[in-house]
Amino acid sequence: MIGFIAARLLQSIIVMLAVALIAFALFRFVGDPINNMVGQDTTLEERAELRERLGLDDPFPVQFARFAINAAQGEFGFSYQHRRPVSALITERFPATMELALVSAILAVAVGIPMGVYTALKRYGLLSRSFMTLSLIGISLPTFLIGILLILFFGVILRWLPTFGRGDVIAIGWWTSGLLTADGLRSLIMPAITLALFQMTLIMRLVRAEMLEVLRTDFVKFGRARGLPDSHVHFSIALKNTLVPVITITGLQLGSIIAFAIITESVFQWPGMGLMFIQAVAEVDIPVMAAYLVLIAFFFVVINLIVDLLYFAVDPRLRVDRAGGH
Amino acid sequence: MSLLDVRGLQVEFPSRRGHVVAVRDLTITVEPGEILGIVGESGAGKSTIGNAVVGLLEPPGRVSGGEIRLQGERIDNLPDALKRALRGRKIGMIFQDPLTSLDPLRTIERQLVDTIDYHLKLGEEAAVARAVGLLDAVGIPDPAVRIKQYPHQFSGGMRQRAVIALALCADPELVIADEPTTALDVSVQAQILDLMKGLCWDRQVGMILITHDMGVIAEMADRVAVMYRGRVVETGTTAQVLGAPAHDYTRSLISAVPRPDVKVPRFPRVTYIEDAAELPEDFDLSTHWLGQARNFGAGHAELVRLEDASMRFTTTRSMWKSRRRYLDAVDRVSFEIRNGEVFGLVGESGSGKSTVARMITGIYRPTGGRIRFGDTELTALQSRAAAAPYRRQMQMVFQDPFSSLNGRMRVRDIVAEPIHFHKLAPTRAEAARIVDQLLDVVGLGAQAAQRFPHEFSGGQRQRISIARALATRPRFLICDEPTSALDVSIQAQILNLLKDLQQELNLTMLFISHDLPVIRQMCDRVGVMRHGKLLEVAATDALFEKPKHAYTRHLLSLMPKLERIMQPKMAE
Repeated sequence: MIGFIAARLLQSIIVMLAVALIAFALFRFVGDPINNMVGQDTTLEERAELRERLGLDDPFPVQFARFAINAAQGEFGFSYQHRRPVSALITERFPATMELALVSAILAVAVGIPMGVYTALKRYGLLSRSFMTLSLIGISLPTFLIGILLILFFGVILRWLPTFGRGDVIAIGWWTSGLLTADGLRSLIMPAITLALFQMTLIMRLVRAEMLEVLRTDFVKFGRARGLPDSHVHFSIALKNTLVPVITITGLQLGSIIAFAIITESVFQWPGMGLMFIQAVAEVDIPVMAAYLVLIAFFFVVINLIVDLLYFAVDPRLRVDRAGGH
Repeated sequence: MSLLDVRGLQVEFPSRRGHVVAVRDLTITVEPGEILGIVGESGAGKSTIGNAVVGLLEPPGRVSGGEIRLQGERIDNLPDALKRALRGRKIGMIFQDPLTSLDPLRTIERQLVDTIDYHLKLGEEAAVARAVGLLDAVGIPDPAVRIKQYPHQFSGGMRQRAVIALALCADPELVIADEPTTALDVSVQAQILDLMKGLCWDRQVGMILITHDMGVIAEMADRVAVMYRGRVVETGTTAQVLGAPAHDYTRSLISAVPRPDVKVPRFPRVTYIEDAAELPEDFDLSTHWLGQARNFGAGHAELVRLEDASMRFTTTRSMWKSRRRYLDAVDRVSFEIRNGEVFGLVGESGSGKSTVARMITGIYRPTGGRIRFGDTELTALQSRAAAAPYRRQMQMVFQDPFSSLNGRMRVRDIVAEPIHFHKLAPTRAEAARIVDQLLDVVGLGAQAAQRFPHEFSGGQRQRISIARALATRPRFLICDEPTSALDVSIQAQILNLLKDLQQELNLTMLFISHDLPVIRQMCDRVGVMRHGKLLEVAATDALFEKPKHAYTRHLLSLMPKLERIMQPKMAE
C-alpha cells in the first residue's frame, strides 16, 4: 500500500515536471519575453539590462530549474497584460472557477448516478426512454450552444436569471463566495447547468451500462434467490459493484470540468480562470497561459491520485492481503 | 403430502417468432430429506425448472400451465412480494460457479448477516452468532476468523461452502442446487457432495439436484428425472434409471459416459441425438492432403522429452529479493512422449498440466530444464523464427470452444490462418481447397466454411478447432481439456473423432484432462500431476489397476461411482 502510494507520487512528480517543461518552453521560446514586456521605445541597452536581470542569458537547465522551483512555490512571474503577479491574478480568479466546477460536479454526480440507476432498473419504462433520448441531446449538443440557448430563454425572454457575471460575492479571507447571496446563487444556476450537462449525461450512460452488466452477474441473481428485498439487491449489492469502474471515469471528468470551464466562463462572462485564460491567449500573455497549464495539470494529477486511493477503499480485492489467508 | 409437488408445469418464453416452450408437462415431487436428481444435457430445460420453482424466471419467461405446490400451498400464482418471502426462507438455491456467486465487495459476514437479518430478524449479535455457526456447519475451519474475510480470500471449495451456508441462512425446507459442483475439482467436489448429502439428511431438507453429470447423480440422488428437450422422458429411483434405463435417450446418455473400469475402442454412437456426424467412409489418406506430406513418422522412439522442465512465476513483486514471492507452477518435471502414442496428463486445477503444454508449445519459456522435440532442443532456440518450423509441427486444441475461435472471422479464414501463416499452400484457392477437405475430415462438411463460429454448437466449434489444429499437418497434437465444456453425448463424438484422427494420421498426442474416465479411454500412458510436480507415470491400465502413488489412489477413489449401479447389468 505504502509502496503503491510512493510509486504513484513519483509518477505524479514526473508528470508535473513534463508539464512544467512544456509550460516553460512556451514561456521561453514562443516569442521573445523581453519584446512582450517592454514598450516600443525601450532602448537596446535597457533591453539587455532587463534580459540580464531576469536571468534570460543563463543556460537552459538553470532557467528551467528556476522556473520549476518558482512554479512549485506558486510564482509564475508577471502578467504582461495586467502588470501584476500571475499568482495574485489566479488567487483572485480561483474561487469563481472552483465554485462553478464543484457545483457542476455535484450536480452531474447527484443527478447522473440516480438517472443511470433508474434507467438500468426500469429499462423499458417510458421515463427511462425519455431520459435516454434527452441524454443523447445532452451529449451531442455543444456546451456553448446550450449556454446560449439558456441565456436566450431564461435570461432574455423570461428575464428570470442574470445572464453574466457572478452577482454579489462575499469575501471570506482571500476567498470570494457567491454561494452565500441570493444574487450569487441565481447567477450560478445557468453556468452550472451548462457545465454539468455533458458530464451528467456521460455519467448517466456509464452508470446505466455498468449497472446492466452487474445486474446480470451471478451474485445479483444469488441475492435475489436468497429472497433479499429489491432495494438491498439493487443498491447494496449492484450499485456498489457498479461504482468501481464508474469512479475512474467520474474522477477524470471532474478534472475536465475544471478544464472545460473555459467555454462556459466565456459564454457567461464568468470571472474565473477560464475566462482569464481565454483573454491571456488573445493577448499572448504567456506567463498566465503557462501558469494555467501547470495548474490544470496539477488538478488532474491530484484527482488521479485520489481516484487510485478510492479504489483501495472500495475494492477489497486490491488491498494487500496482510492476514495472508489464502 | 409431499414437500414439493409440481404438476403439469409448462414454462414458455414468448418471442416475436412464437412461443418457445422450455419445459413441457413436468410432474415431479420431492419429499423432506430426499434428493431428486434432474439430469439432462444443455438446453434440456433443467435450470428453467429451478428458476420456475423459486419464481425467478428471466423475463419474458413465464409459467403458462400446471401448478407448483410447496407443503400443499400453491406458490406459482403468488404475487411477487410473497414469492420473494419464500425465497431463502422456504426455498434455498445454490448456483454453479462459486467464484461469481458471492458479492466481491462485501465480507462473508456482511452477506450472511444481511440475509439472516432480513429473514429471521434476530438482531445483529444473534445473527453474527448464527452466521458463524452456519460456517462451522458447512465445514469452514476457524469460522469466527474467516467470516471477516472477503470472497477472494477463499478458495473455490470454501466459497461453495459459503454459498451453501448462505442458502441455508433461514433454514429452508427445500434446496435447489443447480450444477453445484461442476466448477470444482474432483476432490473438492467429493467433499461438497458429502456435505450437501449430510445436510439434507440432518436437517430433513428436500433437494433438487440439477446436473449433467451421471456420476454426481449416481452418488447423490435418491430418485432421478431424465430430461430431454423440455420433457421428462423417464423418472424413477436412481438404481432403476441408471441400472435398467427404460427410455432410449437414457440408454444412449448412459452409454456415452466414459467408463472408468475398462477401455473400449470407441464410444457407442449416440443415435438418439442428431448432429452425430462421423468420419466420411471414403477417407483415403494416401490421396488426401493430410497424408501427402508425411515426412515425419519413424526415426526416433520418442518425440518429446522434458528434462527437469520448470516454470516459476513471480506472484509478489518487490524491490527486495527477500520479499518476492514465487509460484512454482511446474517443478522439475521429466517425462517423454513416444512417437504415435497418446500421453495423458491428469491432475486437479492448479497442478500445472496446462503450463506443461504451454512450455512445450513455447507460449511460456521454461525458467529451468530442457525440452526436446525430435532431435532439436527447443529450449536452446533463441528466436521465434528458429522455433517456427517446430511450432508448425505441434498444434493445440483448447478447452473453451467459444473463446478459442475468433467470432468475427469466417470458418474458412479461421482454418486457413495457420496455412497462410506457415506458407503451406501456394495460392489462396489451394488453401481454400485444403480447408474444405479438413472440414470434411472433422465431419462438418465443406459448406461450413462460409459460416461464422456463432452459428455452430459447442461440439461443432470444437470440430472447427480440431480442423484448424490439423491445418499445418502437425505430428504432435496437444488437447487441453478438449471436451470439459461439452455435453456427454457430444464429448463421446469428439473423443471418437480424436481417436480416429490419431490412428489415421499416426499423430502423437498430449491429452490433458482432469477427468479420469476420459483419460482411461483416450491414453496409452498417463502422468499424474499435483502442485507442479509429476508424481507418477505409468501405462494407463497399470495406473488404474495398480496405482503406486498415494495421491493417485486418492484421485481414483474420487471417481464417480457410476459402475456401482451399472455393474450388475454390465456384468450380465
